[in-house]
Amino acid sequence: MATQDTNIERPAARAHRKLPPELNILLVLVGIALVFEILGWIFQGQSFLGNVGRLKIMILQVSVIGIIAVGVTQVIISGGIDLSSGSVVGAVAMVSMSLAQAAGYERAIYPALTGLPVVVPLLVGLLCGALAGFVNGWLIAYTRIPPFIATLGMMVTARGFAKWYTKGQPVSFPTDSFASLGAGMAPVMIFLLVAVIFHVAMKYTRYGKFTYAIGANAQAARVSGINVERHLVKVYVIAAVLAALAGIVVAARGQTAQAGMGMMYELDAIAMAVIGGTSLTGGRGSIIGTSIGMVIFGVIISGFTFLRLDAYYQEMIKGVIIVAAVVADTYRQQKRGKKT
Amino acid sequence: MLDGQGANARGVFEGEFILEVDHVRKEFPGVVALDDVQLKIRPGTVHALMGENGAGKSTLMKIIAGVYNPDRGEVRFAGRRLEIRTPIDALNCGIAMIHQELNLMNTMTVAENIWIGREPKSGMGLIDHGEMRRMTRALFDDLGIRLDPAGMVGDLTVAQKQMVEIAKAVSFNSDVLIMDEPTSAITETEVEHLFRIIRDLRAKGVGIVYITHKMSELFEIADELTVFRDGRYIATVAASDVTRDDIIRMMVGREITDMFPKVPCEIGETILEVRNLALPGVFHDVSFDLRRGEILGVAGLVGSGRSNVAEAIFGVTPAVSGEIRISGEKVAVTSPSVAMRHGMAFLTEDRKETGCFLDLDCIENIQVALLTTGKVDNRGFVNQREVNRLAEEYAAKLRVKTPNLAETVANLSGGNQQKLLIARWLLTEPGILILDEPTRGIDVGAKAEIHRLITQLAGQGVAVLMISSELPEVLGMSDRIMVMHEGHVSGFLDRSEADQVRVMELAAK
Repeated sequence: MATQDTNIERPAARAHRKLPPELNILLVLVGIALVFEILGWIFQGQSFLGNVGRLKIMILQVSVIGIIAVGVTQVIISGGIDLSSGSVVGAVAMVSMSLAQAAGYERAIYPALTGLPVVVPLLVGLLCGALAGFVNGWLIAYTRIPPFIATLGMMVTARGFAKWYTKGQPVSFPTDSFASLGAGMAPVMIFLLVAVIFHVAMKYTRYGKFTYAIGANAQAARVSGINVERHLVKVYVIAAVLAALAGIVVAARGQTAQAGMGMMYELDAIAMAVIGGTSLTGGRGSIIGTSIGMVIFGVIISGFTFLRLDAYYQEMIKGVIIVAAVVADTYRQQKRGKKT
Repeated sequence: MLDGQGANARGVFEGEFILEVDHVRKEFPGVVALDDVQLKIRPGTVHALMGENGAGKSTLMKIIAGVYNPDRGEVRFAGRRLEIRTPIDALNCGIAMIHQELNLMNTMTVAENIWIGREPKSGMGLIDHGEMRRMTRALFDDLGIRLDPAGMVGDLTVAQKQMVEIAKAVSFNSDVLIMDEPTSAITETEVEHLFRIIRDLRAKGVGIVYITHKMSELFEIADELTVFRDGRYIATVAASDVTRDDIIRMMVGREITDMFPKVPCEIGETILEVRNLALPGVFHDVSFDLRRGEILGVAGLVGSGRSNVAEAIFGVTPAVSGEIRISGEKVAVTSPSVAMRHGMAFLTEDRKETGCFLDLDCIENIQVALLTTGKVDNRGFVNQREVNRLAEEYAAKLRVKTPNLAETVANLSGGNQQKLLIARWLLTEPGILILDEPTRGIDVGAKAEIHRLITQLAGQGVAVLMISSELPEVLGMSDRIMVMHEGHVSGFLDRSEADQVRVMELAAK
């Protein structure tokens, strides 16, 4: 009799659905922005948020890494990690720029291949990214080495490739149409496009739902009929293609490519995802959260610059923020764990 | 010789009970796991703790080991109230435990595994491996174990590893030794060996808590026994005063026939034929037929290969040889998605490991198998409205108790989690339903509901293959019973001729 009672839980049924977790992150963003606003008036005698030009620069700065973060978020939700994105940026910047050089430039890498239409460097660059992602995904899914190791290998290899490609020489003088991929607010537009596409993909398609399922419990996902291996390859390919896109945008914006481009971008992208509420243990996170995480990241960097804090401090504080975000996530998980 | 670190109270302690559990209550969200239970262990006795799965035995062991804190009540050791926070505290108090699953480090030697954290040191503070091996040899001689102390644990068989675990637990020289189903992975000779060790320890005054499901062992080794049922204390009796039937009655607490509402239903044509299925080292030559509307129960001890056969049929770990025919067509089931395309569904044994997405919500848990079929895709987008409607319909049909389907599944009770998983598979409208321990660890009310549902499905023509460790469940629900023993099918029993004794004879040989 009383055993029946144990079955009836929580008499006060909540009628409404739970609030989206992104709301908390948005509140953090508002809080941090307000802190800088107040500090601005105290130390600089001017408004932080009132300066539209500064906000524009801030968004421009972070949206390239934001493109990477959209891909990295999917990898982390699937229960993995991608350390290779920064190096893919460098490698793809070199390759695509070498195919995007303007006609008549006498020191071109491929003198016969100058003045090509913009789709050529764009497609070849994205294809290089896809290849790197395929190798990552294949290694992780079929040889079952940890994602950390597989993508660490790719990180070193792709960077090596970028340096070998021109023996360390920078590549410059792109066509106008290629340069326009990075001009003005183009990086922000590209980020927005990518974010919307993958927000929809993660929320409304099987691709997204399977990614969450695999990250939450790969074994259960497999038993439920999901081809986990094939799906993971897709996820890593998408992440690397987005990193490649970021590489193209970076090169186009600077109108030059160097082997060292994108150094440490992978960590900034992971930080944006984690700050945005993506759980490093997989199964939780969202593109909206990561986008907010990206803005938080930008506000902090731009805010410190605004307060004329030394760049060295900025680096150190960035490190602290990443660890703090992970600690917050771990704490949330422990609270859940206690309940089961 | 055995230099345990336990604060050895033997000989000093004068009281009647060495370990006393008093009025302990433990609640988890939605479930009362233990309600006012007691357990009193006399020194120098073997005390069996009995109960069905989900009776609360393992929760109590976790409380004694310091994994959980009780909400109410206390645990006393040698008359003192016990404050245990970690397994090391428990060992230091003189309580050692042998867990059901092995906790050894495969890449270290036998001796290193036994003395880890307590290694003998040489004069310079470095580990003295020679002394450690000598101590291990002395321990093994004492227990009659013939294993090389310098051998790698990874090279041992499961049964040998179990003996190492036992030796390790004994090496702490504890006053109380808790054994959680120690014979589930070892052979008969080793069981005899283990019983000799247990009798030795008993003679030395150690209080032994012995958790088991096997009646025969119980009468061979136990002095006293305590029965739990649905998280409650039922009784403590001397083993010599009761019969097997008495114990079953105490454990089950009701007439078995009332529990399983098996409705006779029409059995149709054969839908699944399994022929000579084999996975070397796991199971061999498994053949059987399954017909529409039939419930085929699979009985056998843990480790007899029951679950592996189910996993092979569903393609989780495909068999190496043999044949599977579905509706007469030969099918190479190489992955779960192939099995699903042929109308199979598989409720796995381990809800947490291979079933639930604990961090996701109810809808996300229910929808996943349906999504893989592609039936609810609309031009690349999931028709979420339709999915939600179906999920709600089935959750209501199965009487899932949750405030709403946006609730995280980790917050639901085991019974409700199980119902969600069943809903997940029913959405795919399977013709063959494989259930591995469908009612493990869930309370009686939910159990009865799941039994009713299984019968209902069979009535609708679904072919059901049901694996269960609970004999009453197998006997009550099945039209036929297939019994497995050490990877072989040891026999089939018809509903009319099956009883506990016959099944156990085939299962234990």
